[in-house]
Amino acid sequence: MAKIIVVTSGKGGVGKTTSSAAIGTGLALAGHKTVIVDFDIGLRNLDLIMGCERRVVYDFVNVINGEANLKQTLIKDKRTDNLFILPASQTRDKDALTREGVEKVLNELAKDFDFIICDSPAGIESGAMMALYFADEAVVVTNPEVSSVRDSDRILGMLSSKSRRAEQGLEGIKEHLLLTRYNPERVEKGEMLSVEDVKEILAIELVGVIPESQAVLNASNSGQPVILDKDSDAGQAYLDTIKRLLGEQVPFRFLNVEKKGFIKRIFGG
Amino acid sequence: MSVLHCADVSVATLQKLLSAKLAQAPAFFLQAPIVLNLSDVSQTPDFVSLKKLFIELKLVLVGVTAATPEQKAAAHAAGLAVLQAGKASVKAKEQTVAQPPANGPANGAAPTSAVAAATTMDSKVVEQTVRSGQQIYAKGTDLIVKGAVGAGAEVIADGNIHIYGSLRGKAIAGASGDTSKRIYCYNLQAELVSIAGNYWLSDSLQGKFWGKSACIKMQDDSLVISELV
Repeated sequence: MAKIIVVTSGKGGVGKTTSSAAIGTGLALAGHKTVIVDFDIGLRNLDLIMGCERRVVYDFVNVINGEANLKQTLIKDKRTDNLFILPASQTRDKDALTREGVEKVLNELAKDFDFIICDSPAGIESGAMMALYFADEAVVVTNPEVSSVRDSDRILGMLSSKSRRAEQGLEGIKEHLLLTRYNPERVEKGEMLSVEDVKEILAIELVGVIPESQAVLNASNSGQPVILDKDSDAGQAYLDTIKRLLGEQVPFRFLNVEKKGFIKRIFGG
Repeated sequence: MSVLHCADVSVATLQKLLSAKLAQAPAFFLQAPIVLNLSDVSQTPDFVSLKKLFIELKLVLVGVTAATPEQKAAAHAAGLAVLQAGKASVKAKEQTVAQPPANGPANGAAPTSAVAAATTMDSKVVEQTVRSGQQIYAKGTDLIVKGAVGAGAEVIADGNIHIYGSLRGKAIAGASGDTSKRIYCYNLQAELVSIAGNYWLSDSLQGKFWGKSACIKMQDDSLVISELV
């Protein structure tokens, strides 16, 4: 049975789509057949991050309306085996999604895939509710600053009250905290919340800390998930995150300021 | 639990009386547990038929109280609980009172006044963290939160509020106007605390108890904060 993971945050611009792309790619690299579904109808971005924007023919809304079938619509990733993308519609709005339609598509995907990653839009309106409703697990993407943390808190409340598992009285959604754009130097100066602060406020299990990195922007611009940039700190942090999602115990990295070496201190850099 | 007092407990009379009562507020008593007080009844009623009547009326007859030994035996045979009468329930016709459970301590825990009766109801317990945007109301009773109360969340109780995590949101105790109620929390960082309508915003809470455990109560018409222990 496929596992449905929603990547959500409440607040916009914290790294949901970047994380969805990285997590989907990471799970596929680990040998699991994975599909990433873009729920951000009208503001399609996932195709850009995945570098498949020129290959979009049909979209999620077409499938729901029966204008195309899944086989025609799913885009197979060229770099990673076992990885597919279901793009959002750019010309419609979020009301084009119906609960019955989404359920039908997810059920059909569940027959073929091990993991279904739902890339949620920002906000707490119907689009975001639709993305989280059927989830088994949730990755809550949070930046270490107060407004992002509060919005994540709100989304966590939604997960435990507005999801299918909550409404049907099933076991609750498994919640994971993914801290992105973490900058240890600014934490040390007191300009950013620390990992411990965020963990204390949100009180859920930490699955990953992604350092703020130039590699993330480079990856987005080149349409390549950052997890494939294995030399970068952000790429390595996402690889660690995937291992933790799959149940492995991995120590956290990139939490502390890197001490500059002797040469660097003299010559700068 | 609601206690029903009636001198005539024949099926026909009760049907008429209860139907009239339920018509006034159909939702209020929907599937409500009812205890039948038999202090004014001398004969032994037909409990099996009564149970059927209650089911038809969408009520649940759970037990009898103030019963004679014969009535107790008949109630027992019909699968009903025999409860000890609480002192407050003796006079009132249909009133919410706390009934000690049948096998629990008898009159020692019985309520002595209407206010006490309200607060000895089972407290509302929230096992997890209350998230931003969530609102929890403990009607007529205490509220116990085992997790934290997030910023932007609201916890409200007619009774006391106990929070075993951090209080970052709003806490409103004694919401129905009882100034004797208190707020206890393990870590005070609240946006607002209020007791019986008297409130303080977080500005007034800064000071030696901010970020520490604290108890908030009413004293001489104003709020005071003191140590939790």
